[in-house]
Amino acid sequence: MARAVSTRRKILVTAAAWLAGLIVFFPILWMVITSFKTEGDASAMPPVFLFFHWTTENYAEILERSNYFLAAWNSVFLSIGSTLLGLVFAVPAAWAMAFAPGRKTKDLLLWMLSTKMMPAIGALMPIFLLFNYLGLLDNRWGVLIVMFLLNLPIVVWMLYTYFKEIPGEILEAARMDGASLWREIIYVLAPMAVPGIASTLLLNTILAWNEAFWTINLTTFDAAPLTQFIAGYSAREGLFWATLSAASTLAILPIVVLGWFSQKQLVRGLTFGAVK
Amino acid sequence: MATQQTRLLARAAVAPSVLMLFIWMIVPLVMTIWFSFHRYDLQNLDTYDWSGWENYYYFLTDPAFIQALIVTLTLVASVLVITVVGGVLLALLMDQPFFGQGIVRLMVLAPFFVMPTVSALVWKNLFMNPDSGLFTWISQSLHLPVVIWFTNYPLLSIILIVAWQWLPFATLILLTAIQSLDEEQKEAAQLDGAKPLSYFFYIVLPHLSRAITVVVLIETIFLLNTFAEIKVTTNGGPSTSNLPYLVYLTQQASDIGGASAGALIAVVLANIVAMFLVRLIGKNLEA
Amino acid sequence: MKTAKTLLALAGALACSVASAWAADTLTIATVNNGDMVRMQKLTDDFTKANPDVTLNWVTLEENALREKVTTDIATKAGQFDVLTIGTYEVPIWAKKGWLVSLDKLGADYDVDDLLTPIRAGLSYEDKLYAAPFYGESSMVMYRKDLFAKAGLTMPESPTWDFVADAARKIADKATGTYGICLRGKAGWGENMAFITAMSNSFGARWFDEKWHPQFDQPEWKNTLSFYVKLLKDAGPPGASSNGFNENLTLFNSGKCGMWIDATVAASFVSDPKQSKVSDQVGFALAPNNGLGKNANWLWAWSLAIPKSSKHIEAAEKFIAWATGKHYIDLVASKEGWANVPPGTRKSLYANPEYQKAAPFAKLTLDSIMSADPTHPTVKPVPYVGVQFVAIPEFQGIGTTVGQQFSAALAGSTTVDAALASAQNSTTRTMTKAGYIK
Repeated sequence: MARAVSTRRKILVTAAAWLAGLIVFFPILWMVITSFKTEGDASAMPPVFLFFHWTTENYAEILERSNYFLAAWNSVFLSIGSTLLGLVFAVPAAWAMAFAPGRKTKDLLLWMLSTKMMPAIGALMPIFLLFNYLGLLDNRWGVLIVMFLLNLPIVVWMLYTYFKEIPGEILEAARMDGASLWREIIYVLAPMAVPGIASTLLLNTILAWNEAFWTINLTTFDAAPLTQFIAGYSAREGLFWATLSAASTLAILPIVVLGWFSQKQLVRGLTFGAVK
Repeated sequence: MATQQTRLLARAAVAPSVLMLFIWMIVPLVMTIWFSFHRYDLQNLDTYDWSGWENYYYFLTDPAFIQALIVTLTLVASVLVITVVGGVLLALLMDQPFFGQGIVRLMVLAPFFVMPTVSALVWKNLFMNPDSGLFTWISQSLHLPVVIWFTNYPLLSIILIVAWQWLPFATLILLTAIQSLDEEQKEAAQLDGAKPLSYFFYIVLPHLSRAITVVVLIETIFLLNTFAEIKVTTNGGPSTSNLPYLVYLTQQASDIGGASAGALIAVVLANIVAMFLVRLIGKNLEA
Repeated sequence: MKTAKTLLALAGALACSVASAWAADTLTIATVNNGDMVRMQKLTDDFTKANPDVTLNWVTLEENALREKVTTDIATKAGQFDVLTIGTYEVPIWAKKGWLVSLDKLGADYDVDDLLTPIRAGLSYEDKLYAAPFYGESSMVMYRKDLFAKAGLTMPESPTWDFVADAARKIADKATGTYGICLRGKAGWGENMAFITAMSNSFGARWFDEKWHPQFDQPEWKNTLSFYVKLLKDAGPPGASSNGFNENLTLFNSGKCGMWIDATVAASFVSDPKQSKVSDQVGFALAPNNGLGKNANWLWAWSLAIPKSSKHIEAAEKFIAWATGKHYIDLVASKEGWANVPPGTRKSLYANPEYQKAAPFAKLTLDSIMSADPTHPTVKPVPYVGVQFVAIPEFQGIGTTVGQQFSAALAGSTTVDAALASAQNSTTRTMTKAGYIK
């Protein structure tokens, strides 16, 4: 952080960054604004930007109709649960692949990724039949396992890449110091891998959060997460943009809050990692 | 380098993941292969019977097949280019010190939080709608001709939506990689008075190559299976149906056998694409 | 050994009966997000008060997602649902498969004979009712009286296609951004194909001949599709090929369409001053015809059915009798007004003077529904049931594929001839593969 930065440059960068950020973010902002409109205002032309009758009736309707909190809880459980489970399995695997690679490591990595290549719709019947047979339909743990397996290759991949960034010599040095392997992981590798693990955790939680095909097809009510909640609002005979926007805002709210906190963690992790 | 002990330990560390993924892969795969050789009509199980290669024959000779193949590849390639180039630029920008860094970073990350169905619906209805979308209003205000997105540029519209969703993913991965770039290296380069461009091409880009490889490979896997965005916006059609969509249509016709065959063909093609990519950029995976 | 088995069986039976006597029935109801269903969900207190031992779990999904999920569930006998919201398309197919419980135990005051004849016919298989209609719809012309008066036109009660096309071209006015006519163009068997199929019936076309050979190579189809494409090109909105029901509703409500031919339920939306700018200027007419004896209107009824795999059939029957009975209509009327009751299911509703007063479109809705005949939908004979669809399982896939071709023809990315040839080709392939064409 010792870089000398001129104020002019910083202001320029600030302007550019905010512009880019706002452009990328605008659709979501617009969606949130729309969620406070009446259906008539939502499809008005020319569009109404800020000076309209703000209303929370869309939210009231949704909360009255749907079991939002159950769905939100299921989403949190499934996405975070599956990612944590994924980390438990993937950290050792990625560590081994990155620091003790064999001749087949690369093939193994690619093979892992290839398990995700089947179009989900093609695997629906087998999995559905199995789940039905095992009594796992609409079961939180059943879906959790599926989400875990769906994301495991990605988790391994990301961790592998981040681990690869860590210079092997540092580990070698630690080893020469007589540190045991376990200590090597805890004291040398882990602190350096924090940013990588944090970003893997975040990205995979989001991927799991957004996974709509399996969560919709394997759950009905008890285990149904927000993807199913939103599917209930994605169409209607009649105007529905405002309601849809409100439902969408509710559907992304928990993950945005989560992202906000983890972003802070992430930044701290990043600086920590960079210090060395 | 690695001792016998580490090697054993490494095997033990990899084994659980491999085993679980193997089961997860092989069971549905075998069942899908089995179904693909059968006449399997979900709504008429009486006709369940061995059908030989019939399902494959029908899927491969479908007039929509070649078109779907082209759509699949165009979609993947375009989104990859947009997100990688855009992601590198955004990551470089986000890496600079500026006011409100945390908020802006979250804003850039935000599209990734939005489920594909939702983002497709929002873009389609609130922006690209030819009568009351925001884009229409902008063109009208500027006295430009109104673009009828999903009619005149259906595939481009979908590409834009999908790229918007994946841009944050690329940005975050690349940003993390940039930040692991040695501070000293950065400072040294600046002290040397390296021009920004040569600094970028000789130091930053090589450093990012592995991260880019990962972005490309992971995104490819997801993009090959783009589905919700197509379903919500154009519902397929000759110019926007990709392979998974074709499989979905077969399944919709209650033909599980045909859909299984289609899915297997899609898997083979996806593997070919992945192999091609690995040839192209895979050297970055080496240690 | 034997006694042990008997004892075990007895204990099991006892445990079951105790369980069912104690456990409150939980009904899982699959439904869609349409206004009438939303209203029903809000009014369920009335049902649960009378049936305190029944809990209701609502699973709301988008129409196609719901259909896919329910189909998989029912075909694999997973038994996750107790009440299904399905339409006139699924009922005959699934009833034939023996997947649905026949609804003959809805109680004496249910009054089955009060149901509108075409709707009842559409939901029956071999004269037994397999789904109870929640609301029914046909399609009709909605038009702007002010624009018609300005152009010096008078809409007849039953217009011909030539009149409609002529009027559309006269009303269209680029300067004010007014389109002559808005029609569905978005691909999908329940989207553009619902409209085009119904339209083709009035042009004398049919999907299949008596031997299940597709008929897209016949002149009737060419006439239908050329007429449709040309009409929308001359007098329709830009981007018509991605417009569905909602897009057209928005256009019409904001005063941009001179005419709109779509579902009769839209009548209550376009004449509602809260969402429509033109609510006081809307007129209604029967869907157009070509003088061949068939109007271009469809028939659909969102209905409630019970899958055979349900474990709570009795409670489900109670619920269905409540939701589709006369009492429910009175309940909605007393709480939300007559204009909001679910339309299109019962004769008694259309005889009710209060409803007639609250819904000026009631008579035309009724006439439209009564003029649809799902068992004889076309001019020439056909082997299938269904007005705007063909009630075979394969139709969802075929209809959507053909719909994509027609949508592309409308967008101008392919020609009418090429679209028809491609439709003929792909439909023949699917029908051959499925074994209809020997």
